[in-house]
Amino acid sequence: MLTTQHRHHNHRWLAIAFVLIGLLTVFATSRAYAEEPKADPTGAFQTTPNAYSVPGYIKPDPEKASTKDLAVAVDAVAQSASHGLFSVNFVWTLVAGFLVMFMQAGFALVETGLIRAKNAAHTMSMNFLVYALGMFGFFVCGFAFMCGGLNGTAIGGPASLGGVPTLNHMLTVGSAMNGDHGWGLLGTTGFFLSGSGYDGAVIVLFLFMMVFMDTTATIVTGACAERWSFKSFFIFSIIVGAFIYPVFGGWVWGGGWLAQLGYRLGLGHGSVDYAGSGVVHMQGGALAFITAFMIGPRIGKYGKDGTIHPILPHDIPMVQLGTFILAFGWFGFNAGSSLAGGDGRIGIIAANTMIAGMAATLSGVLYMWKFVGKPDPSMMCNSMLAGLVAITAPCAFVTPVSAFIIGAVAGVLVVWSVFFFDKRKVDDPVGAISVHGVNGIWGVIAVGLFSDGTYGAGWNGVGATSYLGAAGKGVTGLFYGDSKQLIAQLIEAGVGTAWNVLVGGLAFYIIGKILGSNRVPAEVEIAGLDVPEMGIPGYPEFIAQTAPEEITSKELEQAEGLPVPRMRAAAR
Amino acid sequence: MKMVVAMIRPHKLDEIKESFNEIGVQGMSVTEIKGYGRTHGQTETYRGSAYNVEFIPKVRIEVGVPDELVEQVLTALQTSGKTGKIGDGKVFVLPIESAMRIRTGERNDEAL
Repeated sequence: MLTTQHRHHNHRWLAIAFVLIGLLTVFATSRAYAEEPKADPTGAFQTTPNAYSVPGYIKPDPEKASTKDLAVAVDAVAQSASHGLFSVNFVWTLVAGFLVMFMQAGFALVETGLIRAKNAAHTMSMNFLVYALGMFGFFVCGFAFMCGGLNGTAIGGPASLGGVPTLNHMLTVGSAMNGDHGWGLLGTTGFFLSGSGYDGAVIVLFLFMMVFMDTTATIVTGACAERWSFKSFFIFSIIVGAFIYPVFGGWVWGGGWLAQLGYRLGLGHGSVDYAGSGVVHMQGGALAFITAFMIGPRIGKYGKDGTIHPILPHDIPMVQLGTFILAFGWFGFNAGSSLAGGDGRIGIIAANTMIAGMAATLSGVLYMWKFVGKPDPSMMCNSMLAGLVAITAPCAFVTPVSAFIIGAVAGVLVVWSVFFFDKRKVDDPVGAISVHGVNGIWGVIAVGLFSDGTYGAGWNGVGATSYLGAAGKGVTGLFYGDSKQLIAQLIEAGVGTAWNVLVGGLAFYIIGKILGSNRVPAEVEIAGLDVPEMGIPGYPEFIAQTAPEEITSKELEQAEGLPVPRMRAAAR
Repeated sequence: MKMVVAMIRPHKLDEIKESFNEIGVQGMSVTEIKGYGRTHGQTETYRGSAYNVEFIPKVRIEVGVPDELVEQVLTALQTSGKTGKIGDGKVFVLPIESAMRIRTGERNDEAL
């Protein structure tokens, strides 16, 4: 049995023992580390070549080096420089791609905030799942269709990523020219990212291209929100990612026939679309138009006499937060489209993006304030997005002042467009048609007007050494002396709109026929889509929701009486 | 015993609660409601189209009080809840048949 004094006695010996052992350790180890290298807070090691940073480099002795020594050293340095450049380009492209992926969250918040709380789970889920659905379609065959033939034409793949030479098969039509195989229609390399597709640089390109495709796919969910059946959305989104988006995308970005209009028909630099006002936003907006038109307006939106009944958004802060997330991601969208961190233009691209967004926000909000009454928060957001959409194609080719003008026009254009489509009873809960479709077209046209020739020499295989008599001159628009560029842009706008309206409309029609209807039944729409479609309400504790079974037949009768286009399958 | 049901302006709740405490009313139930009386609502626009806001957010207070306190409660409501503009609200006084405190089983006036 230990007494208190006895325990204290034991502890004292233990304490002394520990202190001695500790001193011994410190003394012994400090002795052992006496010869170790010193820590360097300046990072000078980064300028000291070693076997990792410049493999194979042997520092030539200035007094005694032979020519062979010099040759070996120079080669090692050149390899290291090459590695450095491609590293910066890969990192840049990938990080920009990650930013664009985050835009999915932005779209989800904008769309969900603009619809009613009873449909929050359904709308958010469409935006969530479209990421997987579009990617699936793109992974299976979309990427191959779009980029599989990058090296099948005289344009070639992006040099900043090493050229991606294995993407070299394309379906073409017509005769060969300048070393290509004809007018490019459809790429055929890189299915499932296998075979020729299993390449380091190719897959960087896949990631980057995929997040752009998903932007198009998610635009449609906004226009059809609050009445689109989840089954129909599911199938349609896969088709967008697998076929509709990539085919047109390949025509502009995959070395296809729209890009070839330059070196084949002398139309400027062919269709030029830096980051996708046309390829991404116009396509999304056109799909949004045809699907919103075919699915019909929401119940109660339009009166029989044409009055428009506002359906108020359930969470304005969510909309504005989502818009900021989109604006942030747009730096990746536009500046990242250089596919090169080493491109000296990326600062201008990013700033032009920012400036156009700013100008559009201001012009839109001032217009609403002056001519409609109050600075509507939802229109403020639509305006900023419209400016960002409009600058997406011209961002690399225009001056900041031009970017300002393009944005200022976009900010008002989107407001007019929203009123235009509402008057014609095309119900677009989030303004997708106006933000992405109309301003996507504006952006495509703006390239043909405002491009000033200071960037883009050799674009689409045109004018690599000189263009319009000037060495190093790049993509040029009407206001700077090139009238042909505008023609190529108008062709891109027309073809893109037609392709999406026709093929998207056809796909939507077929899906509607197979499923019975693309639209949920009227009682589900009135009750709210969350529980009937998704099984769980978005906000179970905060709103009271009616079950579809409780909707009376009188309410259904009234719903049937609302004007809808004849093409839409009637609600059951 | 009387149940006093008052529909008041939401921002007046704290002031009314203070007044009630001063006259000895212990406890109340408060619900957020929408309503209109003779206010006709107002017209706003959203994305260029007009809509009418008819139902105005209000707060509904329910207190069970002994008969002797009813007049004081009504006075307190008017002192603290009145702004003089249309929309100040309305009070109804209903008879209570019986009351019980759940924890102790006390009845009627002891339960209030």
